[in-house]
Amino acid sequence: MSDYKFTEDQEKEIAGILAKYPVKTSALLPLLTLVQRADQVVSPEAMVVISKKLDISPAYVQSVMSFYTMYHTEKVGKYMILFCINISCQLNGCDKLLEHTAKKLNIKVGETTSDEKFTLHREECLAACTEAPMMRVNDTYYGNLTEQRIDQIIDSLD
Amino acid sequence: MKVYEELGGYQSLKKAFAQKPDEIVAAVKASGLRGRGGAGFPTGLKWSFLAKDVFPRYLCCNADESEPGTCKDRELLLKNPHLLIEGMILCSYACRIETGYIYMRGEFHDLSFIMNKALDEARAKGYLGKNILGSGFNLEIHTHLGAGAYICGEESALLNSLEGGRGEPRMKPPFPAVEGLYSKPTVINNVETLCVVPYIVNEGAEKYAALGTEKSKGTKLVSVSGHVKKPGNYEIEMGTPTSELIYNLAGGIQNDNKLKAFIPGGSSVPMLPASLVDTPYDYESLAAAGTMLGSGALIVIDDSINIVEATLRLLSFYMHESCGKCTPCREGTRWLHQIVERIMQNKGQLEYIEKLEDICGNMSFKTFCPLADACVAPVVSSIKHFRSDYEEYFKNVPAGTIS
Repeated sequence: MSDYKFTEDQEKEIAGILAKYPVKTSALLPLLTLVQRADQVVSPEAMVVISKKLDISPAYVQSVMSFYTMYHTEKVGKYMILFCINISCQLNGCDKLLEHTAKKLNIKVGETTSDEKFTLHREECLAACTEAPMMRVNDTYYGNLTEQRIDQIIDSLD
Repeated sequence: MKVYEELGGYQSLKKAFAQKPDEIVAAVKASGLRGRGGAGFPTGLKWSFLAKDVFPRYLCCNADESEPGTCKDRELLLKNPHLLIEGMILCSYACRIETGYIYMRGEFHDLSFIMNKALDEARAKGYLGKNILGSGFNLEIHTHLGAGAYICGEESALLNSLEGGRGEPRMKPPFPAVEGLYSKPTVINNVETLCVVPYIVNEGAEKYAALGTEKSKGTKLVSVSGHVKKPGNYEIEMGTPTSELIYNLAGGIQNDNKLKAFIPGGSSVPMLPASLVDTPYDYESLAAAGTMLGSGALIVIDDSINIVEATLRLLSFYMHESCGKCTPCREGTRWLHQIVERIMQNKGQLEYIEKLEDICGNMSFKTFCPLADACVAPVVSSIKHFRSDYEEYFKNVPAGTIS
């Protein structure tokens, strides 16, 4: 049914993940993360392969996956910009900065640029409130944002 | 690792292994240490509740830090991962646990590399693994990443997530100490809590208990954020006046505006007006003032904004993060948001406040976990202390808006 296959390196990594837990299902989130990091999305084919690996149903995989906000089923940009809009950032002017970022990228919040380079999302608190306003671009946190700093960060990414 | 050892790191292990596990539990009890994640439950007591003679047992370190305003655990993980490992080893020895997990929020992916590296270093030195320092005690610790869900910071939801399920809270009892991870006795402690344990073992419970107030012992990391000049994580002795945190440590209010309100313990606790800024920062004094110490996240709000704006932002957070399992929370968070949003669009009327209070009353203590109560806190407290901010929006309602 599915051509989806893990690479040899991935298989090794998966063996290491499975060894951490006495119950296989615990490896579900780590495996979804592994797939998404490689493919940018978790495809239905990948879900089936994961379900077989863990002896659970594909429907269960999808149910769990849909609960968490970090998994995508649709393609996102090369750089995922998550802009914190929670209270500490709000008090420090994040709304204007988010508007500025959207304008600079020429997209609306929630959209991806036409060259598929940037996706811009609102995000809830990212636990860096003392550096508010802040955003996360892929895995990197950027704090104490200003319009100039945002421009610099975006321009420096290729 | 080298620096950490030079500064006395991992010295507590020898001291601990020379004692019986129960003696460590007794010391933590005597120290008066209370959970630093939010609930403030006595840590030693929690450890002593583990079901007797049931093995294996598990330790879960809660590093899902996502309470708005809180960022102390991230700093601990980033700058002092070995302190956490040392605390987890001590806790595991005391509770006779052989497997520990550090549940980190998915956004901490980078930090998980730092943590894994520290764990490898500890393994190489023989602080983890089989027969640690010849004591006969075995322990393995693993990191586990979540994937974006505030609710997984609630301990029973964290367990479901770690088991590979949806992060929905469980019915309690049974409490995790009896039936936790994989239905086995489990200790769940916050990062900061575990980081305090090495000090207690090294310096003695009395020395820790000598700090703080009668019932709130020791020190606390407070994340000060919002309208302050020098936001940051500050370690204070329990009982320090809140004003000291805001005006001295954090440098006062931005642009020398006036303080309007502050939320002392993360977005889930009731806010207080400026008149109560001298309240001592400890569990009992904050409770007496009608709020909670929570996770130790002090959010400072000045008089440049209307409190309803801040309240709406928090409501949209809880609406987004409600897991949907319990009806009062799933529906209530949405209704509160809709009503406050309407008020802010100048489409409200005075009766809306009664409606908000009515909904809040139907959400409090009616759900599996405290997310609904957390959502209610900013609404009830903002109405109590800043009713006039709501009334501002009722003044300019265009005729015919309300049917």
